[in-house]
Amino acid sequence: MADETLPTEIAEPAPLTALEQLVADVIAAVPAGVIASGRVVRGAEAEIFAARDALPALMTMLRDDPRFAFNQCVDLCGVDWPGRAERFEVVYNLLSLQLNHRLRVVITTDAATPVPSVVSIWASATWYEREAWDMYGIVFEGQPDLRRILTDYGFEGHPLRKDFPLTGFVEVRYDPERQAVVYEPVKLQQDFRNFDFLSPWEGMTTLPGDEKVHLNRITRE
Amino acid sequence: MSSTNDQIAWNQQPLPAGAAQKSVIDSVTGEIEDKGFVVANLDKIVNWARTGSLWPMTFGLACCAVPMIHAYMPRYDLDRFGVIPRGSPRQSDVMIVAGTLTNKMAPALRKVYDQMAEPRYVISMGSCANGGGYYHYSYSVVRGCDRVVPVDVYVPGCPPTSEALVYGILQLQKKIRRTGSILRG
Repeated sequence: MADETLPTEIAEPAPLTALEQLVADVIAAVPAGVIASGRVVRGAEAEIFAARDALPALMTMLRDDPRFAFNQCVDLCGVDWPGRAERFEVVYNLLSLQLNHRLRVVITTDAATPVPSVVSIWASATWYEREAWDMYGIVFEGQPDLRRILTDYGFEGHPLRKDFPLTGFVEVRYDPERQAVVYEPVKLQQDFRNFDFLSPWEGMTTLPGDEKVHLNRITRE
Repeated sequence: MSSTNDQIAWNQQPLPAGAAQKSVIDSVTGEIEDKGFVVANLDKIVNWARTGSLWPMTFGLACCAVPMIHAYMPRYDLDRFGVIPRGSPRQSDVMIVAGTLTNKMAPALRKVYDQMAEPRYVISMGSCANGGGYYHYSYSVVRGCDRVVPVDVYVPGCPPTSEALVYGILQLQKKIRRTGSILRG
């Protein structure tokens, strides 16, 4: 019995998995050019790259079409790629509770081009869009409440951009003369040090005397 | 009576249980039964009262609040030192800054500190409150809460254990006893 369960034959080209079918259905459901490409990442995450201008129509279709029924926008975040022509990506993670599937929609933009807001489709998007605005400076057109959400009052800059310095520009201290907490330019006592993490401890996979314990790990790798 | 106090250094260090402690208790009890009152030094009474009821302002900012809460709970039971957490700065004697102090929180922390009545003390708990800790180079974190409020006791650790916080409170009591002044200055 044990021998029969071993995978002895090479699998034929498999039919589309459920996720691949989902991606194919979504691409087929919209006009050509709306979705640039779609794929399944790591065998578990459906992902489509969409055009920015067609976003409201695409998202409304994804929510209302009974084949997709993405009733929740569980997350929305930004990614900064400084080398690209359109440096920002906006990533929407959608969830359908009825059909138990998820989809990731990715669009690109830059600092000047606004992205259509999805707040009229999913009201939960407001805080996420505010966070993306706060951290990356991505503008959402049609968002009625586009304020900062996490950083300090009167904060300048967008801290998750790759060109934002780690330590920022201002620091606070209490000024006893003015009897208030004041903002001053950053003055560090010691510069940030970028440590080299290639330590001899991490490079060493087997400690003397531990050969038997590590035997399995080494043969697997 | 004052000479007796000097000899046994009352309230400078807690007396261990034993003959010495028994003699003090017996003398005080006997004096109350005999005369109906006890004569003592005012500054020592004040120190006894202050160290015996250090009410902390509840100021849990981050994960350090968890060991702080554990220290209040029955296992460590800070209540036996008279330490009862308060929700209002007007009722508090000590502020335990437990966690990461961000730039956005700094004015609020200072405002709460300003609302506390004298004498007031500050315990800085954990690496972040002591000097920024893990977030020392962050754009949004104060590099030590002593940039905003004067700190009496620093408790190291990330996070410190509950025992470490209890030890810090005992150190603060020792500091109050040693300072020994009625007006803080």
